Amino acid sequence: MSIRHGLLALLERGPRYGSQLRTEFESRTGSTWPLNVGQVYTTLARLERDGLVAPDGEDAAGHTLYAITDAGRTELFQWYERPVDRANPPRDELSIKLAMAVGAPGVDIRAVIQSQRHATIKAMQDYTRLKATALAAVESGRSHERDDVAWLLVLEQLIFQTEAEARWLDHCEARLVRLSLPADRRAAEPEPPQAAAETPAPTTTQPRTARSRRG
Amino acid sequence: MPEQRKSQQPVLQLDRLVRTHGSGATEVHALRGIDLSVFPGELVAVMGPSGSGKSTLLTLAGGLDTPSSGRVVVEGTDITTASRRQLAALRRRSIGYVFQDYNLIPALTAAENVALPRELDGISARKARASALAALEEMGLGQLADRFPDEMSGGQQQRVAIARALVGDRRLVLADEPTGALDSETGESVLALLRARCDAGAAGILVTHEPRFAAWADRVVFLRDGSVVDETLRSHADSLLHGQAAGQ
Repeated sequence: MSIRHGLLALLERGPRYGSQLRTEFESRTGSTWPLNVGQVYTTLARLERDGLVAPDGEDAAGHTLYAITDAGRTELFQWYERPVDRANPPRDELSIKLAMAVGAPGVDIRAVIQSQRHATIKAMQDYTRLKATALAAVESGRSHERDDVAWLLVLEQLIFQTEAEARWLDHCEARLVRLSLPADRRAAEPEPPQAAAETPAPTTTQPRTARSRRG
Repeated sequence: MPEQRKSQQPVLQLDRLVRTHGSGATEVHALRGIDLSVFPGELVAVMGPSGSGKSTLLTLAGGLDTPSSGRVVVEGTDITTASRRQLAALRRRSIGYVFQDYNLIPALTAAENVALPRELDGISARKARASALAALEEMGLGQLADRFPDEMSGGQQQRVAIARALVGDRRLVLADEPTGALDSETGESVLALLRARCDAGAAGILVTHEPRFAAWADRVVFLRDGSVVDETLRSHADSLLHGQAAGQ
């Protein structure tokens, strides 16, 4: 996660000191990715080493201030222009878990899917409630509006992400049910969930799913 | 709030609800014994694959269909044993429906559509109109009062349909894929209104296959093959769960 660029973006608005950067970073992202002050100072030290920021005196309270350099500004705007790299998908524990659960002896993959669906929808409920609050704050035009908007966007990203996961889980379940049916039934019943209604013991069909995948 | 809800009667209570279509070899179990209570102030989302029994549950809850066995209690009245007259009165006075395709009457304005259930209930046209206007106003839809359905966007029509569902003393709203025909932004605003009405004391059931809309609910119930396989609870609603368990 690009803390580097996050700090550069905040410094672009003027010199700041370490714990101030941390506060502003968290306020923008609603503490979704909490930083500790140590991380901030380590990152600042690296940015300084790379010539992207420079010390800029002290404020009245004696905090060491940092300012963005021209090189830092160039790096920052290149970051905005450059799409985030999607070439190497991040390792996803859930995908790995389901991949391992397919055909695994003694594992009810539908139960695995349902327990994840429960947790995912639960997370969406929480995000949605936070979103309603954030939305109310933005619409009321209260202070820190820019931070509220940023937080709202982050929350909505989390909602879209969990939504995608929930949809994928639904899809996995439907796919597994369909694959577990004999071929003639599959052709006769295009809608997998309805077919499921007539297959009362889905768990016993798991090994068959695995075989048809391998074959 | 959960403490308060706990002591309240559920607006809707489903007891071991069973619905079977056909018999013998062609027998289909649409619902296999559902227990569900919905309290004032609560929005419950029902999710599940198609054919899992979501819509059957809603039609039974609204008295539009009769269960094979089990009870449906709305505001203290068991609608499975109620007379036709009682049932009709209950449907007019206690239960509101919201459908995917809005179902507003095209020849009537928004206010007239909202007033209609009250007029059918024998209230004077003037009073019915006044309460319709009040309902629209309260939901921030006052400016739509004199528009006809074809002069409103889908989202506006659906919001008017929610106003119609909850006009007067009606506290139970049954929504079947209410966002189905709407884009996601508009769907969101419809859900926000439904949420707000529940926060104001109504009880709602929302049938949806969209996780993003289900996430507005206090509880999400998962149906599969006619049975509840799982449900989520809001983190602060634990006491509600206990209250419900004690009631069953």
